[in-house]
Amino acid sequence: MKNQELIPHLFRTEYRKIVAVLCKRFGFDQIETAEDIASDTFLTATQTWTYKGAPPNPTAWLYNVAKNKAKNYLVRNSTFETKIAPQIAGSSEADDLMEIDLSPQNISDSQLQMMFAVCHPALSPEAQIGLSLRILCGFGIDEIAEAFLSNKETINKRLYRAKEKLREEKIKIEFPGPSEIEERLENVLTTIYLLFSEGYYSVSQNQTLRQDLCLEALRLCTMLIENKSTCKPQVYALLALMCFHASRFEARVNKNGELVLYDDQDPGLWNMELIGKGAYYFKCASVGTELSKYHLQAGIAWWNTQKADTREKWENILQLYNRLLQLEYSPIAALNRTYALSKANGKAEAIIEAEKLKLIDNQFYFALLGELYAGIDNEKAKQNFEEAFSLAKTQADKQAMQNKINKL
Amino acid sequence: MDEYALIMRHEDGSKIASPEQMEIWMKATMDWIGGIAAQNKFVSGTGLLFDDAKVVHHNKLVTNRPFGEIKETIGGFITVKAESAEEAAEFAKGCPVLQGEGNTMEVRRIAKRDNGH
Repeated sequence: MKNQELIPHLFRTEYRKIVAVLCKRFGFDQIETAEDIASDTFLTATQTWTYKGAPPNPTAWLYNVAKNKAKNYLVRNSTFETKIAPQIAGSSEADDLMEIDLSPQNISDSQLQMMFAVCHPALSPEAQIGLSLRILCGFGIDEIAEAFLSNKETINKRLYRAKEKLREEKIKIEFPGPSEIEERLENVLTTIYLLFSEGYYSVSQNQTLRQDLCLEALRLCTMLIENKSTCKPQVYALLALMCFHASRFEARVNKNGELVLYDDQDPGLWNMELIGKGAYYFKCASVGTELSKYHLQAGIAWWNTQKADTREKWENILQLYNRLLQLEYSPIAALNRTYALSKANGKAEAIIEAEKLKLIDNQFYFALLGELYAGIDNEKAKQNFEEAFSLAKTQADKQAMQNKINKL
Repeated sequence: MDEYALIMRHEDGSKIASPEQMEIWMKATMDWIGGIAAQNKFVSGTGLLFDDAKVVHHNKLVTNRPFGEIKETIGGFITVKAESAEEAAEFAKGCPVLQGEGNTMEVRRIAKRDNGH
């Protein structure tokens, strides 16, 4: 790998590790310092490697430079010099205190603890996602801005406020206690799934960036699986769910970058390896007695990897949605449930149920009604597709509705 | 918005359904509940099992299963959110229990903790 590829690659994988370890060491009070030292390390690497070439072990080199920079910082730090240094001068503790532990174990622990801190319920969901992308995933500000269709200034402000909040709330970088872990884990999973959805459903046209968001969500979830205290059935279920969805990444966008609806997708483009992985994780999730919303969603997502339009498929999907909605209502689940109902019990029953939903500011509600009336009352179908068209926010959604009207 | 209990009352609880009937009935019940949940009006559901059911009588006599002179029994209840008792009754109309002749649904507003009864 050449330097111009090597450094961005290492930045993506190592920046977040260095930040997590330093931040864990310094506390959130000095999160900017941790970020500065990590950034500075890469600047030094760029300058040095350009002239001398990359060292044989670039990662170890980066860790060494980061350690030295952190030590220099600690030495310069006045609090350290005036209050701590005199007491421990000459003792071996001085060396211990200065030591920055970049061992694989400490990197992994620091990152997981950071994940719990960043996904703290005191922070708004946007702040959690922004911080996750920056600190846990090592995304640049411009990448985050693009993912959110925003600008650098807005993202910088949002991150600044989020960091202020971390300090105000005195959030510590540590594992939650055993009594808290279930509840806090729930929050972490929500953020990971939001991150995934941000990539999967994003309006951003940048395919690579969108796929990166999804892969990062998978990576964070895998980190939870690799740790004993967070390796729980609902975590496996979320991982399975994301694998099943991600399997359609190639198939759901055509060459022009336009969205291809499920019915029109070529199953030949579905990633069988990811479906297989998902099935394996789903099996790992099937222990214990708790059935989380991720189990139910993973079950639905599994049936969606089966292209054959069988009654069995739709009956199963319907029952999974019935249960999911009892656990947690969402408009999209209500709409999908009603679509499954039409497939399992027939359009007549589904129309009655759909009319009761009254989600009149939701374009997909009218798209569903249009779909249900098509072939039964085409005039009503047309009216509903037109309503969906007028509510649609993107050109692609409008085009999809126009196509439906043309087909009637 | 208030919460209402929709109580499924079977006229004759000693009737035993075949496994096929049970399966059809279970699906219909799940679809009914799913439809209420899809309107964001579902709160909770409680099914009542007959295994080991007991009745404690006035004289403290305990008998197995609720059936003796009175065969009517409660199969379970769900709790929904509704603007009015009328809306709650509309939800109750969809319950598959009503397909059994003589069965009824009882609709009762749930007392809030702060206003007593």
